[in-house]
Amino acid sequence: MAEADAKQSLSFQDMILTLHAYWSARGCAILQPYDMRVGAGTFHPATTLRSLGPEPWNVAYVQPSRRPTDGRYGENPNRLQHYYQYQVILKPSPADLQEQYLGSLAAIGIDPLLHDIRFVEDDWESPTLGAWGLGWEVWCDGMEVTQFTYFQQMGGFDCKPVAGELTYGLERLAMYIQNVDNVYDLRFSDAVGDVAAVSYGDVFLENERQFSKWNFEVADTDSLFAGFKAAEAECQRAIEAGVPLAAYDQAIEASHLFNLLQARGVISVQERANYMARVRDLAKGSCKAWIDSQSERWTQNYPGWTL
Amino acid sequence: MTDFLLELRSEEIPARMQGGARAELEKLFRAHLGAAGLEAGELTIWSTPRRLVLSARDLPEATAAVSEELKGPRSSAPPQALEGFLRKTGLTQDQLEDRDGVYFAVIDKPGRATAEVLAEAIPAIVRGFSWPKSMRWGKDSASSESLRWVRPLSGIVAIFGEELVPCEIGGIVSGFATRGHRFHCPGEITIGSASDYAEKLHACHVIVDHEERQAIIRDGAAKAAADAGLTLVEDEGLVIENAGLTERPVPLLGRFDEAFLEVPPEVIQLTARVNQKYFVVNGPDGKLANGFVCTANIDAKDGGAEIVAGNRKVLAARLSDARFFWEQDQKKTLAQHAEKLANITFHERLGTVADKVERVAKLARWLVEEGIVTARTPAKAGTQSGTEQTAASGSPGPRPTPGNTDELADQAELAARLCKADLVTEMVGEFPELQGLMGGYYARAEGLPDAVADAIRDHYKPVGQGDDVPTAPVTVAVSVADKLDSLGQFFHVDMAPTGSKDPFALRRAGLAIIAQVIATEVRLPFFSVLPNSIGMPGNTAVKISSDRVFEFLIDRLKVQQREAGVRHDLIDAVFALGGEDDLVRLLARVKALQAFMATEDGTNLLAGYKRAANILKQAGQGSSPAKAGVQSGEGPTFVDDSTRPRPSPGNMTEHDAALLAALDTAEPAAAAAVADERFTDAMAALASLRAPIDAFFEGVMVNDPVEEVRAYRLGLLARFTGAVHGVADFSKIEG
Repeated sequence: MAEADAKQSLSFQDMILTLHAYWSARGCAILQPYDMRVGAGTFHPATTLRSLGPEPWNVAYVQPSRRPTDGRYGENPNRLQHYYQYQVILKPSPADLQEQYLGSLAAIGIDPLLHDIRFVEDDWESPTLGAWGLGWEVWCDGMEVTQFTYFQQMGGFDCKPVAGELTYGLERLAMYIQNVDNVYDLRFSDAVGDVAAVSYGDVFLENERQFSKWNFEVADTDSLFAGFKAAEAECQRAIEAGVPLAAYDQAIEASHLFNLLQARGVISVQERANYMARVRDLAKGSCKAWIDSQSERWTQNYPGWTL
Repeated sequence: MTDFLLELRSEEIPARMQGGARAELEKLFRAHLGAAGLEAGELTIWSTPRRLVLSARDLPEATAAVSEELKGPRSSAPPQALEGFLRKTGLTQDQLEDRDGVYFAVIDKPGRATAEVLAEAIPAIVRGFSWPKSMRWGKDSASSESLRWVRPLSGIVAIFGEELVPCEIGGIVSGFATRGHRFHCPGEITIGSASDYAEKLHACHVIVDHEERQAIIRDGAAKAAADAGLTLVEDEGLVIENAGLTERPVPLLGRFDEAFLEVPPEVIQLTARVNQKYFVVNGPDGKLANGFVCTANIDAKDGGAEIVAGNRKVLAARLSDARFFWEQDQKKTLAQHAEKLANITFHERLGTVADKVERVAKLARWLVEEGIVTARTPAKAGTQSGTEQTAASGSPGPRPTPGNTDELADQAELAARLCKADLVTEMVGEFPELQGLMGGYYARAEGLPDAVADAIRDHYKPVGQGDDVPTAPVTVAVSVADKLDSLGQFFHVDMAPTGSKDPFALRRAGLAIIAQVIATEVRLPFFSVLPNSIGMPGNTAVKISSDRVFEFLIDRLKVQQREAGVRHDLIDAVFALGGEDDLVRLLARVKALQAFMATEDGTNLLAGYKRAANILKQAGQGSSPAKAGVQSGEGPTFVDDSTRPRPSPGNMTEHDAALLAALDTAEPAAAAAVADERFTDAMAALASLRAPIDAFFEGVMVNDPVEEVRAYRLGLLARFTGAVHGVADFSKIEG
């Protein structure tokens, strides 16, 4: 990096590359995003399914996340229906997890003697995944930049051992580091030679406009309902066929279709709990089938381990 | 005597759990030491987000030696009994004492070193510690049996005097080393003893005493505001929470864009407090100003400029959201919002919120149309002593009249129809505690009359003791109708509160109605109001439910009035007369009675009453109003009206005559006073009986040998007790 550039904050992509390098150096496998529409990095099977069972598992990856109801047609400087999470899973949770995490903040340019870093109670729960854990939201000068969780249960099963999960909100963190007030003003990449810098808005503003419209106004609710039913049925078929990874894909699909139906405003308050329970059953069923398919190997390789 | 220090270091303990954890640590420490025969003595307990600390002063070096004596079998008992006893005590037969044919084992227990007791107590305390939520972590969590703590436990310091108390739990071994402030002083610090602990941590930027941190925040926040010419809005909950989030608190003042002040101040304060844990400040005009105070956990290199800038940005984002909700919600009228209430279940057995709103609207209108809530529903004029208070009609307390009955009824119905509409707005979805308040703002913004907006805003009130009680007529109608509906409906489907269970806060609703009645003297005729609140008046089941609600309200009244110093037996004495469903009148009568019972006339009259009642009882004559003068079993009949046969004047003493004359005056006077609700006058009428009844008992013998005279005097006494009962059932009065 040139001397002049050294003073400039990291671009959005350099921040991701820095995190990759940081966690790679700590033994994490750097995975790629899962190729399905999900609401959060936690839905990636590398988190959901791999946090079950006794095998060590250390990975990091970026996951594009979709939350249809958070769309604001590109008009809100802080809210997006599509954004990125940086997800780190360390199983079992290392004793110095907090220190490793703080090291990653330092790596992307946050000085803890200049900025106020705090661990504020926030117990995480995902009703649709049947999962919960204890931890914090990490504040940087009052802004939540990371969800830090020790998984206790996934799919209704105890995590043995417990995995530590770090979920960084990349856009927020970048807005902080780059000191911009509007997400679309973020430097996505820096200018190099004749090639101009690209802003976050260059990449995503039009997406936010179109997808907000589709999520809220256009998406055909009949086919969404039909899709939900189809995913539900296919999930069961896959569970019965002993292919839990494929079953879990359908659980993810159902979950996202449910989110879209919510954005379309066609699910009443009373029905909402019912739909969530149906998605949870799919996720739990997939987790159980995953455990069933793996437990022989687990108990063989880890004597004394029980579910 | 030696001091002991224990520090349990962990990852960040939730702020809200630290107070409970300090109490739990003290309780467990005392219990474990007590079980070993040690008195814990003076303890200091501190907490920070990252540590729980206990220091005990002047513990003895060892527990006292004790000698325990166990009684065994008789020496003549079968050998198996003796063998069993020897096994149990671990002694041999020659070590036992034979006292008069019974074996005794004397076991001397030497004192134990306190350090040893502590080494066992620490792991036991940690394992037995009760957290609201606890967790497993790390590689040990592969087993379900692994240690649980609120967050991962990372270190134990345990020093007795200057010696380490060796112990180990969940792989963590006790030592002399701890750590200082996470960022200022992340390295290890070695602690020497309890006496240098706080000092050494202070040098490493940690203030271990939570009260000291609270004081820094309380005073520092006030000063930061004052330095900018502003006044801190005090919030002790925030002081404690921020002290639980920091090891080195540094309050910092920031400003936000003045344009956000168009959002209601309550919203700004709540956003700042709940989401960001910031204090807010008032300007010189006493109104909310565009400032906030956040509490950092470091002495920043730049004095906190970057921290303030960052926090300002976060608050601005939050306030933009709030402003977005504020603007978005106003794109619809409250009536349009209210349409969505049909989708919200109030209770599965009581329909939707829209159904409830419909009932409340009808009831609120009815309360006005029946003249129960009027345009001049009087507010209590200042503070009144109970005895001064006479007929409510005597103190009209004119209030600004919002119009005629029709207009008032229309406004009450409208306010009731809109009062729950804000539940489906974005703002209340985000901040449920703003219910009512936001509805009031939105109503005013869409140009509804102030009386309607106020009613929407205040209809949940009073919420708990000390809350304002509504006085405006429209608000009173909606507030009372809302609570009556909840009480009536839930009781009618058999969901009255039981024991400690009151999931629908019906006790609070009952108390709110009573507070409303007391504050505004609104006359709610419950015998007709309650059946109406349930619907279908006239139905027997409704009547039964109504009676249960009324009894429930009377019970609440007794609880509430006991706190206000009103005797429950006096409430019983008035309530026992029956037929009274106007709590205003009932309370006025009780208060007059209480004032009367505090006078010499009152206590003497009560004594006279009790004596009369006793004599009547012995004569087989009841003294309750229902029985007075009425044929009762085989006892003689006494007629207490003026048509009764009078004995010949020769048999009458001046005392008989005086009592008769007094009754002839007092009875109608008391009855008239009661009818006019001049209860103090009614008491005065009763007081006029005191001297004649005393003189009567002094001067005559009721059980005169002449049957005719006896019957006459019993008749007089029956009339006397009857007259008293016209005011209150004195048999219920204690003392």
